Amino acid sequence: MIFTDFLRRHVMMIAVALLATCGGASAQSVEDLVRQLPEGSYSDRAEIVSQIAATGDPRAANLLDALAAGELNVVEATGQIVTLSGRGDPLDAVDALTGESIGEVAKASVERIRVNNSLRRAVRTAVGQLTLMSGDANTRMTAARAMFQAGDPDNVELLDEAIAEEQNAAVLQVMEEARAVAILRSDAEPAAFAAAVDTIAVRGDRQALGILQAALSSATADVTPTIEKGIADIQGRLALLDVGQNVWYGVSLGAVLLLAAIGLAITFGVMGVINMAHGEMVMLGAYTTFLVQNFIRVSFPELFDWSLAFALPAAFLVTGLIGIAIERGVIRFLYGRPLETLLATWGLSLIIQQAVRTTFGASNREVGNPSWMSGSFDFYGIAITWNRFFIVIFALIVFAALLLVLKRTALGLQMRAVTQNRRMASSMGIRTPWVDAMTFGLGSGIAGLAGVALSQIDNVSPNLGQGYIIDSFMVVVFGGVGNLWGTLVGAMTLGVLNKFLEPYAGAVLAKILLLVFIILFIQKRPRGLFAQKGRAVEA
Amino acid sequence: MITQLFIRALGARLYWVVGLLLLAAILVPVSNLLLPIGHPLRVPNYMVALMGKYLTYAMLALALDLVWGYVGILSLGHGAFFALGGYAMGMYLMRQIGSRGVYGNAELPDFMVFLNWSELPWYWWGFDHFWFAMLMVMAVPGLLAFVFGWFAFRSRVTGVYLSVITQAMTYALMLAFFRNDMGFGGNNGLTDFREIVGYSIQAPGTRAALFAATAVALALSFVICSAITKSKLGKIMVAVRDAESRTRFIGYRPEYVKLFAFVVSAVIAGIAGALYVPQVGIINPGEFAPANSIEIVVWAAVGGRGTLVGPIIGAILVNYAKTWFTAAYPDLWLFALGGLFVAVTLFLPKGIVGTIGRYFEDRRDTKAARASETPDLPVVRPEKPPVHRLSGADASPQPAE
Repeated sequence: MIFTDFLRRHVMMIAVALLATCGGASAQSVEDLVRQLPEGSYSDRAEIVSQIAATGDPRAANLLDALAAGELNVVEATGQIVTLSGRGDPLDAVDALTGESIGEVAKASVERIRVNNSLRRAVRTAVGQLTLMSGDANTRMTAARAMFQAGDPDNVELLDEAIAEEQNAAVLQVMEEARAVAILRSDAEPAAFAAAVDTIAVRGDRQALGILQAALSSATADVTPTIEKGIADIQGRLALLDVGQNVWYGVSLGAVLLLAAIGLAITFGVMGVINMAHGEMVMLGAYTTFLVQNFIRVSFPELFDWSLAFALPAAFLVTGLIGIAIERGVIRFLYGRPLETLLATWGLSLIIQQAVRTTFGASNREVGNPSWMSGSFDFYGIAITWNRFFIVIFALIVFAALLLVLKRTALGLQMRAVTQNRRMASSMGIRTPWVDAMTFGLGSGIAGLAGVALSQIDNVSPNLGQGYIIDSFMVVVFGGVGNLWGTLVGAMTLGVLNKFLEPYAGAVLAKILLLVFIILFIQKRPRGLFAQKGRAVEA
Repeated sequence: MITQLFIRALGARLYWVVGLLLLAAILVPVSNLLLPIGHPLRVPNYMVALMGKYLTYAMLALALDLVWGYVGILSLGHGAFFALGGYAMGMYLMRQIGSRGVYGNAELPDFMVFLNWSELPWYWWGFDHFWFAMLMVMAVPGLLAFVFGWFAFRSRVTGVYLSVITQAMTYALMLAFFRNDMGFGGNNGLTDFREIVGYSIQAPGTRAALFAATAVALALSFVICSAITKSKLGKIMVAVRDAESRTRFIGYRPEYVKLFAFVVSAVIAGIAGALYVPQVGIINPGEFAPANSIEIVVWAAVGGRGTLVGPIIGAILVNYAKTWFTAAYPDLWLFALGGLFVAVTLFLPKGIVGTIGRYFEDRRDTKAARASETPDLPVVRPEKPPVHRLSGADASPQPAE
């Protein structure tokens, strides 16, 4: 009983095995079988083909493909099976099995091994067996994918068998989709057709859409509504994916803006100065990363993946110290004159830019991604690159750290006090000049950290800062300076809005619209979204 | 008699500036056109165009000083008005090329033929008439200033926020004009001009005439600005600058004062731009760049804002320095410019003219005090107002409001 069940299930395999054994005293090798190809009728060749397939030899698949394409020839004198190349006479011959060149042969001395349609079908079946039912899952997957692309209606039975035996879920999925495509191209009954449409619709990507649209053009009236429903389903899913992708791009851009703008927001909130050199602090952070990476590349190449871990504190220190120096050296003398401070910091930004240009040259510098930041992964159909993903995480960490500093440390308390009422804070014993210097240093340090992050996704050049300064201003102006949350909300909103407008208006027009929006928004809320609360009347 | 009153009211300084400019307007063309080449006193052709350019910059700085020095609006987007006036003139000049362009199309400028456009867009209509173009030179910047100022000043956007959104305005315009399908020449701008009102642009006679026109325009603008600032409106402007809320509570309308000054300033800037373009030969969207607008501020700051003469001198000086630096030490120019920003704000807050004026004022006050001294009473020196009078606040950082 068990034995007959076994026989029934594996009848095909057994037949092939028997044939293989019957074909010769012992299982013949591929070479022997191939040599028998030129002789006999088409049906004899079909049998030899199935025997070749049964051998499981890795060269069999290519050989059989060549046969089906009519590329196999036999050298009449020696019986060697070759493929030919070149033109005219004589031609270059290459042994079909080994791939070695055997020199030139005269055209008259070779004869093409002819094939007809039934032989081709046999070859196809044989190749399918070799690959689709191979022991290796990868081979099966490749074969299934190839059949999906080909969509040949004749593959249906083959696929049916393969599906019945497949254990691997991923390969099974592709096989079923291949089968569905094959059915769509054939003359199946409506029920099977509808089932096939559903399978393709579930796959839901652009390829599926293409397949269904092709099927629609050649479909009969009774199956058209099924196909159209399938197409509508896929398009709905694709639209949702697009929205999701745009949201991701927006969040990623928002994170970058947040990093760039948060230092500026703190400085502006505490001191009332717009630091036009903020962009240059970002640029200096990026250049610090470049230098650290260069150093590591030369001295400790195996630590390259940790280069960012070294670059972060280095950038923070460098830009923080420069920020404190700027505050003590220039801004301190311009208290009470915010517009002059703006101009002075603009001058400083020009100086810093030119200094970097003179030292490092005006062209872009190469900063590499560590290996864990390269590549991308797929999230329900949305492609997410690792570097942007980590930058979003990093931006949120920096934001949280800043919140912690502001809410839980002594410096943060003093900064908040000075922001709310400077004179009162000074009366309470807070050293406001020191707080100013530390605030400026902190804001610049964070800009440096932003520079480290930006070096991973943007070109590092002396003009790096200029690209972000206007956006940072917009975030600060839009979000207001009363609250760090304002900067977060402002940055994310602007990022997402920008990316949502882009597909409709193009990148440049989207930016212009956003600028106009901010200009109009300021009319409604002149101090930004999260304005500083208070009753001070200016001058 | 009215002229006497007029002149006395506006001050002797006006005499000097207007007189000098008119003299230059006559002498420079004469020396360039009538003296033979090689004569030591002859002004070379390139210098006529260069000085004309400097004078247009001076006009632009003067326009900025009107809003910044007298009303306290630090506009970081004045380059936009300059560029808009320039584009209006550029469009007129492009229409004048006619069929002498590369593609030989009588109606369409070359770049439109290149873009495969078949007809002139509606916003180019009328620019083949000089009077229309001149009207647009004044109307377009004026209109933009009016709309922008209407919304901004009525919402009481002030201080740093206002500066940032003027910068946003010019940045947005730059992005827009860089687009090739806007119909303004895209990133190449408008160039290759041939004629202006029938005279060839390259001819020395036209260049000299343009220089003279610029000098006269600058003199006129100076007169207008002086009249405004020395009038009662001028006093209100200064009041708005120094204590806006108080002025509002007294009953004046600061937003209208600001709007008026802003629009007048924009029109002057537009005219400056229109005179700039034929002398330089090209207008492109780079003129809208925020960096250009901030440079105007340093011209006014170096010369002395709040004095009308200062920006004129400052613009000429700084641009001369730029020409010299970029020829002799190009790598150092940005260091010099940046250093100028820092030095002027730290050490010369009133600029050159302002500091000199202050010095003379101090001497006059001291002399007056000494003259009125009586032997047994102690010397009473008049109270010196605090140095940072122009910004009005006390000497500590203010939180952003």
